[in-house]
This record gives sequence, C-alpha cells and structure tokens, in this order.
Amino acid sequence: MSTVTEPAPTQAAEPRRARTTDRARQERSLGWKLAGPAFVVMLAVTAYPIANALWLSLFDYRLTDPTNRRFVFLKNYVVILGDPIWWRAVGVTLLITVITVVVELVIGFGLALVMNKALSLIRPVLRTVILIPYAIITVVSAFAWQFAFSNTSGFVNDWFSFLPGISETTDWFGGFWSSLAVICASEIWKTTPFISLLLLAGLAQVPEEMQEAAQVDGATWWQRMYKVTIPNMKAAIMVAVLFRTLDAFRVFDNVFIMTAGAQGTETVSLLAYRQTITRVEIGMGSAVSVLLFLCVVLISFVFVKGFRINLAQARGEG
Amino acid sequence: MGVRRLRGRLDGSAGRAGPPTVVLVATALLAGLGLAACGSGSGSGSNALTWYINPDNGSQAKLAAECTAQSNGAYKITTSILPNDASTQREQLLRRLAADDSSTDLMSLDPVFVAEFAQAGFLQQVPEDLKADFTADTVQPAIDASTWKDKLYAAPFWANTQLLWYRKSVAEKAGLDMSKPVTWAQIIAAAKAESKTVGVQANRYEGYTVWINALYAGAGGSMVENPTAKAEQIKLGIAGPAGTAAATVISGLAKSGVGGPSLSTEDEEAARALFQGDTGGFMVNWPYVWSAANEQAKDVVPDIGWTRYPRTEADKTSRPPFGGIELAVGAASKHKDLAFEAAKCITSTKSQIEYMVNSGNPAARNAAYDDAAVRKAFPMADQIRASLATAAPRPITAYYGDVSLAVQDGFHPPSKVDPRTTPEDTQKYLLEVLKGDALL
Repeated sequence: MSTVTEPAPTQAAEPRRARTTDRARQERSLGWKLAGPAFVVMLAVTAYPIANALWLSLFDYRLTDPTNRRFVFLKNYVVILGDPIWWRAVGVTLLITVITVVVELVIGFGLALVMNKALSLIRPVLRTVILIPYAIITVVSAFAWQFAFSNTSGFVNDWFSFLPGISETTDWFGGFWSSLAVICASEIWKTTPFISLLLLAGLAQVPEEMQEAAQVDGATWWQRMYKVTIPNMKAAIMVAVLFRTLDAFRVFDNVFIMTAGAQGTETVSLLAYRQTITRVEIGMGSAVSVLLFLCVVLISFVFVKGFRINLAQARGEG
Repeated sequence: MGVRRLRGRLDGSAGRAGPPTVVLVATALLAGLGLAACGSGSGSGSNALTWYINPDNGSQAKLAAECTAQSNGAYKITTSILPNDASTQREQLLRRLAADDSSTDLMSLDPVFVAEFAQAGFLQQVPEDLKADFTADTVQPAIDASTWKDKLYAAPFWANTQLLWYRKSVAEKAGLDMSKPVTWAQIIAAAKAESKTVGVQANRYEGYTVWINALYAGAGGSMVENPTAKAEQIKLGIAGPAGTAAATVISGLAKSGVGGPSLSTEDEEAARALFQGDTGGFMVNWPYVWSAANEQAKDVVPDIGWTRYPRTEADKTSRPPFGGIELAVGAASKHKDLAFEAAKCITSTKSQIEYMVNSGNPAARNAAYDDAAVRKAFPMADQIRASLATAAPRPITAYYGDVSLAVQDGFHPPSKVDPRTTPEDTQKYLLEVLKGDALL
C-alpha cells in the first residue's frame, strides 16, 4: 500500500480522522479489498474450526453412531479433568517440553556463538549444515531414530554396547525412560537448529561497542557473557524459548512413530488424536483439543505477560 | 465429500463478510482447492469402481485387472492402497465412509471392523440373491465375521488363522511330542529348558488383542458376552476364570524370559525374525511366514514344523485366532450393483485359489485347500483348514475399537500382567470407557 498520504496511520489516526480525504478513503477501501480475502480465509480455516471444536466438545458424539448424539454440556471436561490418563499425559508432555527446551537452549546457544564467531567465509556453509536436521520432516526423522535404536535393525546397540547398561539386545522402546530418552534426543536433534538461528539473530543485535567497552574495562569472557551479551539478547532468548515451548508442548510425530503412546509415553496431542481419529469420539476428542489449546494459550500468556516479552523488539522492530 | 461441504459453508460466510470481489477471490481460491482435492480421487466414467485394498504383494491389483477383463466392459476396477496396519486402515476408511464418499465402492475390510461399520450404516447389505453364493463352502468364522445382527454385510475373501510353528530340533531335544496337542505352559517350559524363545505378538497393537482373545477363547471364555448390545449395556467376560488363565500364560511367558529381548514391542515380523534366528524355538504366527521363510531363510526351512495353536488349558481344545479380509460395498457407492458383481468375481473359488497361491494368504472357501497348486505351496493346507473351522473370531461388536484398545492398554506391557488383578482392572476400565466416563 502507498504510504504517501498516510505515513503513520496508528499514531496519527486521531487528529487526521476529521479531514480524511477521498484519496485516503479509497486507499483504505483498497486495503480492505487486498487484505480481505486473506482475512476471510484465516477466519474460515482458523476461527471456524476452533469455534466448531468448542461447540462439538459439549456433545456426546461418536461418528459411527450419529443418531445417539446428545448434548452433555461440560460433562466431557469433567470426565477428562477427573481422569488420571489426562494428568499423566500432561505430565509426560511437560517433562518432554522441559527436557528438550533446556537442552536445546544450551546447545543452541553454543551453536549460535560458533556461527557468530565463524569466519564470514564459512558462515553461510555452517549455517546451512546446522539447519539440515530442521529441514527434515519430523515423521521421517522419527522413523530414522526408531530404526537406529531398534534392537533388530538398528546400529546404536552395536556401536555403544561398550557402555554400561547397553547391550546388543537392549530394547529402547520397551520401557518408559528409555523410550522417553530416544524421543527427547530426536526432538533435540531436530529442533536445536531452530533455536540456534533465533539466538544468532539475538547475538547479532548485541552492540559491538558495548563488548569493546567491557573488554577495555578488563571484563573476562564470562563476565562479558553474563553482563553484556545475555542481558542484551534477553528478548531473543525468551522468544526462542516461547516458540519452542509451544512447539514442544504439541509434540506428536516422534511419540506416534516410535511408541504410539505405549510404555506410558502418551502425550496430550496423542490423547486428542486417539479420542478423535481412532475412537471417533468427536465430542471427547474436541474437549481434549480445547484443553490443549487452553494450555497453549496459558503458556503464551505466562511468557508474554510474566516475562514481559516484546515480540516486536525481538524482531528488531522495537 | 467433506471438501464440497466445507466449500458451501465458506461461500456463505464470505458473502456476509465483505464486498463481492472478496467472494469471487475466495471462491476461486477454494474452488481450486476443491478441484485439486477431488481430482486424484475415484476414476471417471459411469462403470468405474474403486477398490480400497490393504497393502499386499500386488495380488489384489492382479485380481482387479482379471475381473475387469472378465466383465467385458461392465465395470472397471481400480485399486487404491490403504495404510499398512489394520487400525490405520480402519481410520482412513471410516473417515471416507462417514463423509459419504461415493468412491468407496469396494473395500478390503479386516473382519473385526465389519460390525462397527455395518451398525453405523456405512456398508451395503448383501442382496438376497448373492447371499448363498458368497457364503457357499466358506469357513464358518468368516461368515460370522461378515454378519451383523443376522444380516450379511460382506463377502468373505480370505480367511486367516495362526498355527504353532516350531523348530523340530528344539522340540525333539526338549522331548515334546508335537503330534499331540501342546499347551502354552509346555512350550514355555521347553523353550526355557533349551534356552530358546517363543515368538508372540505383544506390542501394544491389534496383534496383541489377537493373542489375548485366542487365550480367552482357549479357556472357554469370551471377552464380550453380549456383543450386539448398546455401549452402556455391554457385559464383559474379561474378568473371571478365562481371564485368569489368559493372564497366567502371558505373565508366565514374560517372567520366564523366553519372549525374546523385545517382547513388549514384538509384532508378527519381529516374532518371525526371532524364530528364524539362532534362538528360535516356537512361534505363533499367520501362514505367510512359511512363504516368507522359503524366500529369506532357506537354511532353516527343513527344521520348521507346524501344528495346531497351543492350548490355554490342558483339558480344552485350543481356539486359534481368526483373521483375513472381507469384501464390503460402501453404502454411499453410486454403483452398488456393479460393486457386488465385482465382489462375486473377486471372491469366487477360482480367484481365492489364485490369491492364496500368489499372496500366501489362505482362502475362505474349503474347496481351495484341495487344489493341487495350493497344496504344493502350503504343505500345511489341511492344518490351516482344520484350524479355520474352529477358529475364534475377536468380539463381533460395534464397539470393537474401544474393546481392543482397552485390552491392549490393560495387558501392556506383558511383564506387568498379574493374573490376580489385570483382567479385573481391565474390565472395570473398559466399562467406564464404554459409558463415556473415562478416556482411552
């Protein structure tokens, strides 16, 4: 859109409203025409399904038994919140989220530092290499990890059998903690590049003069890291953590492929899948999905309000 | 179809939301989406039939081509492949059927899903004049599995059952007389004594229910006592003496360590790998393992023996599992008559024999087992036919999906099965699930 006549609509809207010209009106109308279809499509593909899920979650409705559809109001929510299976799934999901995000943050930060310090000659190559796992479809990487750790076709047992606790026949997917370890490792391997890229953007924003000033004052590498670098990229770190937390909380593919929820590894997304797609209990499944949605909203709220993240600032717009 | 319905709704909301241009653009966009989604679906023409098949070695596609040729242009069958395992095949078919997808003319259906689909009104009842033809000379469990509330909803296509496969050398060393019926306790003890394994299916998946159900049936019990009842009124037989007997076998096998290193994730293929390996002793599995062993492990083939499924209790005849595929016609199909005509061709004795020889999957009609080619490919043909005659189908109920999932959950992992508590806990849990008072 042209900004010749309307340079800053948000800040200057009030005093200008009185003397809106024909031209400005036309442009506003054009703006709506251009953005309108996208807005409508967004409503149709996001707002409508969410509203529909809310509505369906109030019913006892099984797809294979449509005639017995009954309005049960909040009963589905009462059942879910009173069911240990739900709380176990929430616990497992939180565990996976915390483990993966913390580890990814540490490794991602290390990779970002390396990329930041790397010679400009190899930086593009390095960035591409680090990004490769992120470019792989999660289902594909989940299968790759499953095959690697399988005790019939995998190589992990063979390579690491010198370690205590690992033998030729170790069944990684036969127990809760060992399954969880593989699931988390696969998640970490795949999404660390994402975090490291966000952190690299944050690192690039730390003013070089401040680093130099600290160095002149005699600050050690650690002191510069703690007192200059990290405080100055706090926004980038929080955004990276927020995005990954939301992402990790929805974990599905890895668990679905590797254990399908066996050995107590069922996550909240898997629970929603099981109710909606496998059991075709549309009402119960919608209620689980709505609760998952609320969890995600809660996490975003806590991050944005609790840690005062300014998303605009993190993108370098602030 | 779902896409078309969604498009209708979107047009409506766009009309209210903005000026006509918006509607045009949005409609054009979504129409494009719709076309793209529908374009790859069913074949065109008024006599085109789509047959949704479970993945096999191409033998179903071959039958489709032959029947098409035989029909002299009356119909043209194209096959569309469903996902790998029974549970995901059900998920995909169910979504199509619930959306009244007219392309589901014919489908290869696992026997356990016939009841659920028929109850939901997704399947077309078999016309009276074809009933006799579809069920003639067919093994009883296949007819039972294709019937829901006394009406026939599918044509038995192939019928599967499991045998007890054993390594002759191991059985001989252990002193087991395999010409007489053996019990689970005997083969577990024999495998333990010889440091060999017993291959079973105990991953948390449909195959585990197959095993558990066979153990129940072998002890004279059934997991669901009134299968045609509504969800709230279903009576279960999971707890009780049969449950204790079944749980005793599972926990005994797990505790004795003869289940192999990955018992709790073992499926048919893992069991086969174990059986063909150095520690192979015994295995329960479908007959396809015979052709697979002949292709991949020729050196162990002379050592492989087979006999009837092991007994749960020494004094009761075993009830081998029942599986296979039934051929059903979708209720929303636009060519139901043609579809039934095609089903008649696909499930004819001649086609079943051809399919059995080509794919390694046993036929549903008794006559197939007398065929020379079948007897050559399956030296155990008589054993399969005898097992099929007394095979125990899994519960024929509209809520089979919930029953199976809850039983898998309750009995998994095998090492945690306790004959005193597991059957009772599972029964209590499943009843809550069926009433809608618990998640699954």
